[in-house]
Amino acid sequence: MADLSSTIAGIRSPNPFWLASAPPTDKLTNVVRAFKAGWGGVVWKTLGEDPPVVNVSSRYGAHLDTDRRLIGLNNIELISDRPLDVNLQEIIQVKRDFPDRAMVVSLMARMAEEAWAGLARKVEATGADGLELNLGCPHGMCERGMGSAIGQVPEMVEQVTRWVKNATRMPVIVKLTPNITNILWSAEAAKRAGADAVSLINTVNSIVAVDLDSMAPTPVVDGKGSHGGYCGPAVKPIALNMVAEIARNPDTRGLPISGIGGVTTWRDAAEFLALGATNVQVCTAAMTYGFKIVEDMIGGLSNWMDEKGYQTLDQLSGRAVCNVVNWNDLNMNFSTKAVIDPALCIDCGRCHIVCEDTSHQAIRIDQGEGRRVFTVVNEECVGCNLCSHICPVPDCITMVPEQNNLPYVTWPNDARNPMRVPEAAAE
Amino acid sequence: MTLIATLPTEDRPASPYADLTPPMTPVQALAESNRCLFCYDAPCVRACPTGIDIPAFIRSIATGNLKGAATTILSENIMGGTCGRVCPTETLCEQSCVRNRAEDRPVAIGRLQRHATDRLIDGEPAHPFPRAASTGKRVAVVGSGPAGLSCAHRLATLGHDVTVFEAKPKSGGLNEYGLAPYKMADDFAQREVAFILGVGGITVEHGRRLGADLSLEALRRDFDAVFLGLGLGGNNRLNIPGEERAGVEDATAFIERVRQAPPGQPPAVGRSVVVIGGGNTAIDAAIQAKRLGAEDVTLVYRRGRAQMGATPWEQELAQTEGVVLKTFAAPKDIGADGITFERTRLVDGTLAGTGETFTLQADMVLKAVGQKLSAEALDGLQLAGGKIAVDDAYRTTLAKVWAGGDCVGSGEDLTVQSVQDGKLAALSIHSHLSA
Repeated sequence: MADLSSTIAGIRSPNPFWLASAPPTDKLTNVVRAFKAGWGGVVWKTLGEDPPVVNVSSRYGAHLDTDRRLIGLNNIELISDRPLDVNLQEIIQVKRDFPDRAMVVSLMARMAEEAWAGLARKVEATGADGLELNLGCPHGMCERGMGSAIGQVPEMVEQVTRWVKNATRMPVIVKLTPNITNILWSAEAAKRAGADAVSLINTVNSIVAVDLDSMAPTPVVDGKGSHGGYCGPAVKPIALNMVAEIARNPDTRGLPISGIGGVTTWRDAAEFLALGATNVQVCTAAMTYGFKIVEDMIGGLSNWMDEKGYQTLDQLSGRAVCNVVNWNDLNMNFSTKAVIDPALCIDCGRCHIVCEDTSHQAIRIDQGEGRRVFTVVNEECVGCNLCSHICPVPDCITMVPEQNNLPYVTWPNDARNPMRVPEAAAE
Repeated sequence: MTLIATLPTEDRPASPYADLTPPMTPVQALAESNRCLFCYDAPCVRACPTGIDIPAFIRSIATGNLKGAATTILSENIMGGTCGRVCPTETLCEQSCVRNRAEDRPVAIGRLQRHATDRLIDGEPAHPFPRAASTGKRVAVVGSGPAGLSCAHRLATLGHDVTVFEAKPKSGGLNEYGLAPYKMADDFAQREVAFILGVGGITVEHGRRLGADLSLEALRRDFDAVFLGLGLGGNNRLNIPGEERAGVEDATAFIERVRQAPPGQPPAVGRSVVVIGGGNTAIDAAIQAKRLGAEDVTLVYRRGRAQMGATPWEQELAQTEGVVLKTFAAPKDIGADGITFERTRLVDGTLAGTGETFTLQADMVLKAVGQKLSAEALDGLQLAGGKIAVDDAYRTTLAKVWAGGDCVGSGEDLTVQSVQDGKLAALSIHSHLSA
């Protein structure tokens, strides 16, 4: 049985599945339910200075697929709208009742040292395990100079992190916003200031849908809507890339990462870990299915690790980082071709039409016995993968690399590159 | 009565033993598992006698965690493989699936359950449930059917050593001897037995029958606890003239002959077969006779379709297989070439003969009018309603003796109920032995 115990920035938890700072971690009732369900830790919903904020009614918008499956969720809820002291008292109690679980508290404040330091000291007194700095909310709070208004300016990220590090001995995790041009700037700023870890991504700025009757963005608040923070399965690819960028960047390599963004299954978690995350934080999956969803995350990750021979999370974390490279480092001589298994094919024709209409006209149709037979024309196939992705049947279309015995040649060294680095200079 | 099957071979199933419902392909399982809504306090779980966490195991199939799915199933029901095949899901989990309300089609829970458990039973070398440290306690289990093996397995995982006494040469009880082969294709009963015994700590002694070379008294003396999972060994009789004629047989005996025959040499069946009864055993026997080549198979029941023990799904299955269902007719006399019935009707809920009779030609008559407890060798045990009396913790009236499965009146006589009885009795025994 794989050991799923996890340590990030000195904070221990029995498994790497934490609930992200969000509505599910807003109060004692929810967090106790989460811990009873098996979650390894929580990041308590963001606390700010009193008086607490006031939230509006109607807070979520959803991006559903045609089968009503939730792909993404967007929210316009602000930080905790309960008095600071109520939250702090509950944090004390939950940490006392569940000492083996990670209790991290999210903070947000205006751009002033006494605000951040004051909050940090108050949380330190609760016995919580660490702090997470919310420098990412892209809605509401940023209009008051907080959240992403700070996270989008590297110098401010650095400044706030320093203030908090100076005020507390607790581990400090800096939560980064994806609403920037380059995630490395804010990650490097956090590291310079002594952050113990970064967590990412916060939500993506979004309008998730338009109510075509009221002609307003959803969620609609009395006929109007506002942009909100987008999360859920749809944002996972954005998050994976940003995690990988930080993991492979020489200046941030080794900075512990708590991966956030659309983690819904154990497999999603394994992917974040492989790209360098030490643990993951989950919100939308819990808000879609309830806390029990963590059982299969734990069981599935454990079974998969057993199958692959990973005994600890350390052995898994970062295993794919060395294989994330720049485009310029890819092998120009590699060639792969689609192969369609006629035994699995159900004759839908979609591979043909997407290749015909939108790609390389590389899938031929022949009349078979009572049904059509789809065959890849190797000379035309560029190995783009489109057909294999849109095929409704798993493993029906596979990509088979060609054995061409050519050396690994990157674009800078490729003979077809007019800007090619001369051989002598390259060596 | 001569037994010569005459149905042209072209019109018979490829094999009379072929799987009634084939296993799902991975694609089917993926699509079906994604129909599950992961309901909270799900109606399907409440409808399952063993309380399997159905949404959890289906979620695990959807995420590609097949081993986790199987473990979730087997932790509550160690015979999840058999139950996935034979449970009347149409009256249990699948009947209560919320998908019925919107789409009139439940998630195929039974088939998904088989998909998950098959993979683990056939593919995993290691047993999924490790044994606790040995307690040094020894428990005797009488009967290796679903109740007995479920009890033995749970006790073994809790660290007790179990000896199972089985009268027949093979383990599995009705799974091996009483279910139609097309429900348990490819020797599944024995593969499942091997899987269950793989936990360790269980010894099965075959050819040991209570009342023959075993006595309850000796078992109570020699073991720390005794569990009786005897099943129902006796068959009810029709008590009509001609019942002893050649060609008249209990349906359970017929199914046992079919199950134990070498696959290449199935038993002969008649040209015209009449099955008497309205339960699942009657349906199994009728379909099996048809699949073995009988030209006409008629199932006759003295009450109506609504009163049959067989579910509507089973009834329709029989009809699809070519069995004729005849209701409101009670057998009166078995002659040389046929069987005479009196038409019946319900008068204020009571069955009454109408005096009108008819005769069905038959060269084979299969009786499936219920089974009963063979009460010999149960001296000192109190019975209730013809079954062994037990309390809520499956304790009989004798100290150190527990009982479960069809031999007690815990619910419907279903495999899944027996597994649950055995499991709960084991927990009750464990708590007694740990006291």
